[in-house]
Amino acid sequence: MMLEVKNLHVYYGSIHALKGINFHVDKGEVVALIGANGAGKSTTLSTISGLLQPAEGNVIFQGEDITLTPAEQTVQKGVVQVPEGRKIFATLTVMENLEMGAYTQRDKNQFKQDLEYVFTLFPRLKERQKQLGGTFSGGEQQMLAMARALMSSPTMLLLDEPSMGLSPILVEQIFEIVQSINKKGTSILLVEQNAQMALSIADRAYVLETGEIKLEGSAQEVLHNPTVIEAYLGGH
Amino acid sequence: MNRFAGTVNLRELLRPVGQMLVFSLASSVVLSLIVIVLALIMDQTVVGETLLARSKVSLLTYTLVNLPQVILDGLTIGFVYAAIALGYTMVYGVLEFINFAHSEIFAVGAFVGVELLIVLQIYGMLEGGSLIGAYTWLIIAILAGMIGAGLLAISVERVAYRPLRGAPRLVPLISAIGVSFFLQDAIRLIESLTTGQFHRIIPTFGNFDERLTFGQIPIGDSVIALGIQVKSIIVIIAAVLMLVGLNYLVNATKVGRAIRAVAQDRATASLMGIDVNRIISLTFLVGGALGGAAGVLYALKFTRIDPFVGFFPGLKAFTAAVLGGIGNLTGALLGGIILGMLETFSGTYMSAFTMGAAGAEYKDIFAFAILILVLIFRPHGLMGENVAQKA
Ligand SMILES: Nc1ncnc2c1ncn2[C@@H]1O[C@H](COP(=O)(O)OP(=O)(O)OP(=O)(O)O)[C@@H](O)[C@H]1O
Ligand SMILES: [Mg+2]
Repeated sequence: MMLEVKNLHVYYGSIHALKGINFHVDKGEVVALIGANGAGKSTTLSTISGLLQPAEGNVIFQGEDITLTPAEQTVQKGVVQVPEGRKIFATLTVMENLEMGAYTQRDKNQFKQDLEYVFTLFPRLKERQKQLGGTFSGGEQQMLAMARALMSSPTMLLLDEPSMGLSPILVEQIFEIVQSINKKGTSILLVEQNAQMALSIADRAYVLETGEIKLEGSAQEVLHNPTVIEAYLGGH
Repeated sequence: MNRFAGTVNLRELLRPVGQMLVFSLASSVVLSLIVIVLALIMDQTVVGETLLARSKVSLLTYTLVNLPQVILDGLTIGFVYAAIALGYTMVYGVLEFINFAHSEIFAVGAFVGVELLIVLQIYGMLEGGSLIGAYTWLIIAILAGMIGAGLLAISVERVAYRPLRGAPRLVPLISAIGVSFFLQDAIRLIESLTTGQFHRIIPTFGNFDERLTFGQIPIGDSVIALGIQVKSIIVIIAAVLMLVGLNYLVNATKVGRAIRAVAQDRATASLMGIDVNRIISLTFLVGGALGGAAGVLYALKFTRIDPFVGFFPGLKAFTAAVLGGIGNLTGALLGGIILGMLETFSGTYMSAFTMGAAGAEYKDIFAFAILILVLIFRPHGLMGENVAQKA
């Protein structure tokens, strides 16, 4: 098992955002975590990456308990979060953003390899190296955010709503890239509201509702579940 | 990336020097024009007549003769303000918090440097030595001031600000003011216990007090020598070096990128693997060290320091940072130069222009009037960005 989340409880003050959730991601999988606004998806990712600390429960990554590992050390263990809303460093250039992503990378050759890799995934970034991140369009920023995360050669990528605010064509493109990243061996936990899209590339899926996992199964099972169709796929 | 590193870095290195020259020239020209025009006008009035009757010079001659000296002095003090302002602005850039204790960190830097020189003097190390020796000791004193102030700044952050990181903005501000008083009294206590006096004088050594003269201007019966004190040159050179170094650190190195990333978004920076607390400590270290160096330079220039020595330079430097746009390094430089120039211009000319009614003691009126005007029309300062854009 790559990543295992056990009985996670997270509070914001008195708000009980995660109420004891359990799930796991196996090596090489794409696992989708879908749910409506406020379900607790971002909270889950931030707790895994160490930005938030749970009141109870554990996060196990490759057999190691990383529940209390602070965010900056989680990266070094190989888990990288692409935050919701991209969070590009607006006043840094594209290249500087990528260098930030490689902050923990000490191996120069690996850096060059990773850079080449993200430039083949996102050729646009190569052309715009000196442009300020903040002047990028939403789609370009999403690409930059993903490229930045890949610069640390992660074993596990946490993607928070990569399709948010993008045109259907761009969403398609982004998801193809997610698949190709996964094929190269990176396990992926994909948080999405766009359930249709997420389920089309995921191996398995969990449905999160107000801090609880309501449903889990293979992507096909979840895709054909009547309540999911009702709630997330706009009914048929 | 490495292939281009050389050229990019050289440009980054030289950019602040260019900015310094432009700002210095521009402010000199603008202020000179203003006083020359004022002098031309006032020469026709009772102000000019009085001066002519009393000192046998026209107001215009008086103005022109003093001008080179005023500009040099203005730049010297302006660079000191700029060096202190960098500390305020760096910390603000990263934490959006005004470190009011920075003026006392500056003072501690001054005391560390001066006390070291006094000890050296007691042991006879400063006397009779070569010039190289004198400069070496001065550099060591400046470095000592930097280290002392830098370490103090880190400790202050660790003890008084970090525990309050999540608190409402007013809380760390109050804590900073508390630290400021605490440090003032700590200096007083330590000085009175160890030396028995509150104010200290920097030893005279080397050739720092000499004047280099470039020429003489005869007016009326007297001759005015044009020159600059060696110590002013030292202050200017040191300030240029600090600015170049800081600019290089922030814009062309990995830690510099990390500082900028943390300034923009702490949570996302930590997702990149950046240890945010370490970067914040580093920011305090660098800001404090610059303040400490400025403290020793200030002592060199004005010779006397006391536990409250940080108050006015600190206030002026804070003003300079706000004037230039707090959080913006170039802005701190610009603000420092403007403030220093305004101060010496008004200090020199106010008395003559008002027939002695308003003397040099009112010199700060202009600086603060300009600050208020700038803030009314450009609330983010001359070069500041809209903070809201950052979020
Ligand atoms: N910083 C915070 N302070 C207080 N409550 C918060 C905070 N962040 C999230 N919450 C609350 O926790 C719950 C889960 O939020 P979360 O952001 O994880 O939802 P989400 O599933 O990511 O939603 P969305 O799809 O809108 O991004 C929500 O009720 C939200 O209001
Ligand atoms: Mg979310």
